[in-house]
Amino acid sequence: MDRVPILKIGQTLFVSIQIDLQDDTVMRLQEDLADELAATGVHGVIIDITAVEIVDSFIGRMLSMIGSISRLFDAETVIVGMRPAVAITLTELGLPLSGVRTALNAEKGLEILNGKS
Amino acid sequence: MDEVPIQSGDDVVRVRQQVRIAAARSGLSLVDQTKLVTAASELARNTLVHGGGGVARIEAVKSASGRAGVKLQFSDEGPGIADTDLALTDGWTTGTGLGLGLSGSRRLVDEFELNSKPGAGTSVLVVKWSR
Repeated sequence: MDRVPILKIGQTLFVSIQIDLQDDTVMRLQEDLADELAATGVHGVIIDITAVEIVDSFIGRMLSMIGSISRLFDAETVIVGMRPAVAITLTELGLPLSGVRTALNAEKGLEILNGKS
Repeated sequence: MDEVPIQSGDDVVRVRQQVRIAAARSGLSLVDQTKLVTAASELARNTLVHGGGGVARIEAVKSASGRAGVKLQFSDEGPGIADTDLALTDGWTTGTGLGLGLSGSRRLVDEFELNSKPGAGTSVLVVKWSR
């Protein structure tokens, strides 16, 4: 199974998803992120989905859960780089992506997180 | 017509990739490709998780008026669904999900047909046409 790397830069964890997501991979990412949040005590997570071609209800729910889990560690999650076609499809699917903020790109996501701390 | 077996999470990813190729070949727009691939992902996961595995059939089709499209059929020999109308309601779920898989994927395609009986497996047929 593929693993998505998590990078700590300053007070933020960066995750850039570059592979075709399998359910197990997303669940593993959720666990790895919780471990990293507990170990590092950072206050922000940025998940870059620029390369992600689809977000279905399972992947969407996992992203929401990552947001909820982060909050329990006093961290905020920002999803960045969503493709327009993905945004349209998610909305039609009826998936609210609650629990996470979104931003156009990593730079704007970082601004949101820095505004918080 | 391509047949992709669905027996693992890797197979679900393979179905998505094959559907993407077929959708692009039939001239679907990027948004329509994304919608069809997302629907395929939902339905392939259902086949795996609820149907205990099965098969996806991917076929390029043409409408009577000459429009190109992609037809997908997902079949399994799992426990089946007792109340298919209920199963197509937003929020109806057998497990821990959001209950958007079937109802949501129906919204993402142009044609949708669900056939299922308890004990007789489930078959879902969807079509997306190019515009």
